[in-house]
Amino acid sequence: MKSAIQGMVYYLDRPNIDTDQIIPAKYLTGVSISGLGSHLFENLDLQGFNREDPRFKDTTILVTGDNFGCGSSREHAVWALEDEGFQVVIAPSFARIFRQNMFSRGLLAIELPAEQVAKIFASHWENCQVNLEKTTLRFWSGEDQETGHTYNFQLADFDKSLVLQGGLVGFVARNY
Amino acid sequence: MGKTLTQKIFDSHLINRPSPETYALKLDLVMCHEITTPPAILDIQEKWGDKVFDPEKIVALIDHVSPANDSATALQGKVMREWARRQGIKFYDVGRNGICHAILPEQGYVLPGMTIICGDSHTSTLGAFGAFAAGVGTTDLEAAILKGVAFFRQPKTMRIRLTGKLSWGVYAKDIILYLISQIGVKGATDRVIEFCGPIIDDLDMDGRMTICNMAVEAGVTSGLCYPDDRTQAFYLEHQIPVGDFESLRNYWQPDGDAIYDQDKQFDLSLLEPQVTFGNNPAEVKPISEMVGIRVNQVYIGSCTNGRISDLRIAAKILEGRRISDSIRLIVVPATTEIQRQAIRESLASIFIDAGACFSAPTCGACLGMSNGVLAEGEVCASTTNRNFPGRMGRGGTVYLMSPATAAATALYGKITDPREVM
Repeated sequence: MKSAIQGMVYYLDRPNIDTDQIIPAKYLTGVSISGLGSHLFENLDLQGFNREDPRFKDTTILVTGDNFGCGSSREHAVWALEDEGFQVVIAPSFARIFRQNMFSRGLLAIELPAEQVAKIFASHWENCQVNLEKTTLRFWSGEDQETGHTYNFQLADFDKSLVLQGGLVGFVARNY
Repeated sequence: MGKTLTQKIFDSHLINRPSPETYALKLDLVMCHEITTPPAILDIQEKWGDKVFDPEKIVALIDHVSPANDSATALQGKVMREWARRQGIKFYDVGRNGICHAILPEQGYVLPGMTIICGDSHTSTLGAFGAFAAGVGTTDLEAAILKGVAFFRQPKTMRIRLTGKLSWGVYAKDIILYLISQIGVKGATDRVIEFCGPIIDDLDMDGRMTICNMAVEAGVTSGLCYPDDRTQAFYLEHQIPVGDFESLRNYWQPDGDAIYDQDKQFDLSLLEPQVTFGNNPAEVKPISEMVGIRVNQVYIGSCTNGRISDLRIAAKILEGRRISDSIRLIVVPATTEIQRQAIRESLASIFIDAGACFSAPTCGACLGMSNGVLAEGEVCASTTNRNFPGRMGRGGTVYLMSPATAAATALYGKITDPREVM
């Protein structure tokens, strides 16, 4: 993955979104990791979440609530997000397995303090740029980046290396 | 400074630390089921040459949908079966299988001090034997199959000491539901809980597995209990050769001066049977506040409560009685061996005579995949582990409870205090 990721933001302001809600178990019957995106958040009946809509084309960043990805270990939750173009999920906290699955796929699960996430929800910025080197998140709306706000985030060295190297399996095959 | 059992296991299995916060651990056992393993198998075949790190340390099986429901789940089974045969991996196929977290201990794969992973969140169950056992996703599973290594942040440790004496009609499931309500659904994230105290000492391994199993609903990386006489009794009962158990038991204990990041104590003498009420497993009330809620289905089974002691408790309540005509009761032993034992002890006929469906082992309806999925608007009283929205079927509602409470509920078609019918 590149050291900077930019895209539009989708907001899902609910806590404890478990992986059954991200992708219901009836879609776990494949042997391939592709094609799950059309069932992402299917049972949540989200208003306005429609990837056919061209306005969602550049949406790559999900901002959501506490304890995101709890429950089942199914990496299908990550694959469904990935299939729909999401590369980054930002939340006050993640369940461990989901967080680990994101980084193992080379994707970012970024934890910010709950107050900061609440402010981001309140501001409802349209765009976000993630800078891995500076470990900053730049949020803004419209054309002018200067109007937005920057937050710093923490990133464990190992997780950062997984993102930069594109995931866990290659790293393990080369080093162990 | 003394070590917790978690730290002892981490230190003894450490390969290296690829960064200061990360432990690369050598794995003793990699458990593989048909839902999360096939993409890893196919990716290894495609990119790394069809190989595994050590076929002796991998066990494969079918458990989530057993037997297959359709062509898709049949293909998952086929991929597993053929892979196990090619690689010389022990495989538990339909008809002689079981839910992974129940069959592996029963078949003697789980020993104190081991490191175990599986592509399944309830792997924490196996910590009941004094092992570090963690759920992972398919990518981590793939790395484990290839190289026998898994990566964890050094977990914080929480010691939970359970004191007092359990009242009649209160079981391990009630304990863990209560503890989750106290700790919260993320209260133990990135932590290992080491359970101890007189109440744990009194529980048999089935009860300890129930507790470590659902500890993951509070976020744990693994739950743990310390090996003792009860652990040894399990090995003897299942005729599992463990060599010198005394040495194992003595070595895999925390040091007396071990420091825990958190220390909690709960006196459970006054604990009532517990039932969930909402959409996450921390939303729990005592049975007295839940009685009378009507249900459409009762489900007794799963990796949480499908073991022989669970079936015995339910059968004792149902013996010589009929369940309510308004509901269906589905009883699912966790393994074929438990199924066989339930037949041998005539528990199966008690269930069938009571009007229940007594099935072969599977994870099945717990996650809404097969064998008792709910229709929209239906309500299930269940001994499973998750009451998430739509978990057992879109638009369905789940109340989690012990096998005793579930059996009592089946008699009347509404949530019932088991102490009234025992």
